[in-house]
Amino acid sequence: MSQLTYREAVRHALAEELTRDPNVVVMGEEVGQFQGAYKVTQGLLEKFGPKRVADTPISEAGFIGMGIGASMLGVRPVMELMFWSFYSVAFDQILNNAANVRYMSGGQINCPIVIRGPANGGTNVGATHSHTPENILAAHPGVKVVVPSTPYDAKGLLKSAIRDNDPVFFLENTVLYGEKGEVPDEEYLIPLGKADVKREGKDLTIVTYGRPVIQSLIAAELLAKEHDISVEVVDLRTIRPLDIDTVLASVRKTHRVLVVEEQKPFCGVGAQLTYMIQAEAFDDLDAPIGRLCTIDAPAIYSPPVEAEQLPNPQRILKAALALLD
Amino acid sequence: MSKKPSATIEQKPTASNTSHGQAPVNAALTPAQKIELFSQMVRIRRFEERSHRAYTGKNAAGGANIGGFLHLYNGQEAIAVGCCSLMGKHDHVITAYRDHGHAIAVGMDTKALMAELYGKVTGCSKGKGGSMHFFSPERNYWGGHGIVGGQIPLGVGLAYGVKYKGHKGSAMAFMGDGAVNQGAVHEAYNLAALWNLPCIFVIENNGYSMGTSQARSSAGELAKRAEGYGMAWGVCEGHDVYEVRATMDKFLQIAREECKPAVVEIRTYRYRGHSVADPDNTYRTKTEIEDYRRTKDPIQVFQTALIAEGVLTTESAEKIDEAARAEAEAAADFADASPYPTPEDIQKDVYWESDNPDQRTSQGRLFFN
Ligand SMILES: Cc1ncc(C[n+]2csc(CCOP(=O)(O)OP(=O)(O)O)c2C)c(N)n1
Ligand SMILES: [Mg+2]
Repeated sequence: MSQLTYREAVRHALAEELTRDPNVVVMGEEVGQFQGAYKVTQGLLEKFGPKRVADTPISEAGFIGMGIGASMLGVRPVMELMFWSFYSVAFDQILNNAANVRYMSGGQINCPIVIRGPANGGTNVGATHSHTPENILAAHPGVKVVVPSTPYDAKGLLKSAIRDNDPVFFLENTVLYGEKGEVPDEEYLIPLGKADVKREGKDLTIVTYGRPVIQSLIAAELLAKEHDISVEVVDLRTIRPLDIDTVLASVRKTHRVLVVEEQKPFCGVGAQLTYMIQAEAFDDLDAPIGRLCTIDAPAIYSPPVEAEQLPNPQRILKAALALLD
Repeated sequence: MSKKPSATIEQKPTASNTSHGQAPVNAALTPAQKIELFSQMVRIRRFEERSHRAYTGKNAAGGANIGGFLHLYNGQEAIAVGCCSLMGKHDHVITAYRDHGHAIAVGMDTKALMAELYGKVTGCSKGKGGSMHFFSPERNYWGGHGIVGGQIPLGVGLAYGVKYKGHKGSAMAFMGDGAVNQGAVHEAYNLAALWNLPCIFVIENNGYSMGTSQARSSAGELAKRAEGYGMAWGVCEGHDVYEVRATMDKFLQIAREECKPAVVEIRTYRYRGHSVADPDNTYRTKTEIEDYRRTKDPIQVFQTALIAEGVLTTESAEKIDEAARAEAEAAADFADASPYPTPEDIQKDVYWESDNPDQRTSQGRLFFN
């Protein structure tokens, strides 16, 4: 085991897959010579050369589309979006071409592309740079969506994503890039679509993913210490495919659920989850399902207020207490 | 159907009576290969006319044979046939929604194409794509795309893939004259030029994007925009298959040998409305259409040239036409007799993993109903 940052874990996954498969290429804005806008790809250009690690112009529609075209021929591009927020200018390529080409060709064409980059609020960069589009992406059959919360998960899931034959959208988090965690020295993979119970408990299940996992674990600790409440934290890790079975097993154990997401509430991932939980475990519920989201407005800039707009341990704690009342 | 005129038939090349016919790439054609090009053009024309009839007619149950949009290629045949006849093993093609001609030119079976129009499970995309979304990866044909200009970055990706894998080849990325104003096209131009990718951007300029003439939609000369990216460019007439081949051959060789992209505008004309739903009475005159047909119809032009060359006779041309009509009719019969996909088919072909459950590595639910 080594202590690695989330950033290093992603980098190691890229380096290992670049080494393993000559069809893997890493492309994006500033991924090479500049060493990555968030230094995720640091050192990769030196190690693998410009054929495998390529700097693109600021043309998200152009280079993502190019990656999709190349993937149809069997190249395995891992494309970095400097921010997932910029997906909007490549929306057509991502959701018309990558998501649909297999279907529209009657299964003749595969699109083994990975698009990765950070998707989060909390860094005071305002509404244009703080989008969390996992719900919008996951609404498209044909794609897979991964949102890892820890270095261990980020590495194991990214390696699986790169080997996957379907398009995988991998949403990281700039706030977590510097967070450290244990990562095995030997190679490992984490299958997509497998949730992870990050903390066991019996009174309440928090279902969450991404950075709110870390915040929920802090809230769970406070709830245990200060309120003698035992919280189970289920980290979805992958939004699509969705490990609803692990969620339902936890609901059947605790009978109360709070969904926490760094998303706006309307048509968010939590809306789908709460629907599924009530449909499949209605009789197991002792209370209506609670939901804590980012407050429903464009991301505010003002630093102290943005922290309140997003989920945070105090907001999660309050929402949990309200559910247990 | 082979996608290239067969090179195995040993016959002496005949001289052409047009200057483009003398271009080496055309002078090298055997009579049989010329007849093959001619017959492909006729087959496209007859396929389109038959599909138009199917679209406007009714099936036995009184319903529509074909749903949605139907964009016909009549008038533009020499472009797809000329360009696709130059394809080698590592040359790839991608186009927009006006994709039937290219599909026939790369050698797709017209039965499977017609069945796709009918939404039948025997269609080339199992009834999942429709008219705008024909694909045949084994023939290096990558669609068939419905979003104007959206296929062009993919074309650059195909060229990138060819180069990455170390092949000598190219990608021809076709678009209409309206598509040149899409931002993604310009991003793609820049990438192809910047990275020296063997991509030929082919603008099929039929004068109109739906009901908007070129003059009302585009500033400047279409292909000349290549200069802004330091790319080579050219313009040629699309009613003469010899000219299309001579022009494209030059740029394709540069692409394959030197990994250089180019933009080629091929001037053409469409005879039918934008789609079958377009009544075609608001933006151009019947005379304009008739004038083009009378003087520049690509099939007539080539037929006249081949008769003058002694490659074809009026009788043999008629035979080819009859065979093409019969083929289109057989395709419609096949489509009509074929079954529709079942509701169970709706969720097939969505994920590689759900279609290959024994090799699945992910877990969890992929579908949500
Ligand atoms: C992004 C986008 N905008 C609009 C349309 C609707 N549309 C379909 S075809 C077309 C005209 C395109 O004309 P052109 O590129 O000249 O091709 P042509 O139809 O002449 O082959 C339009 C506006 C579309 N499919 N996609
Ligand atoms: Mg046009």
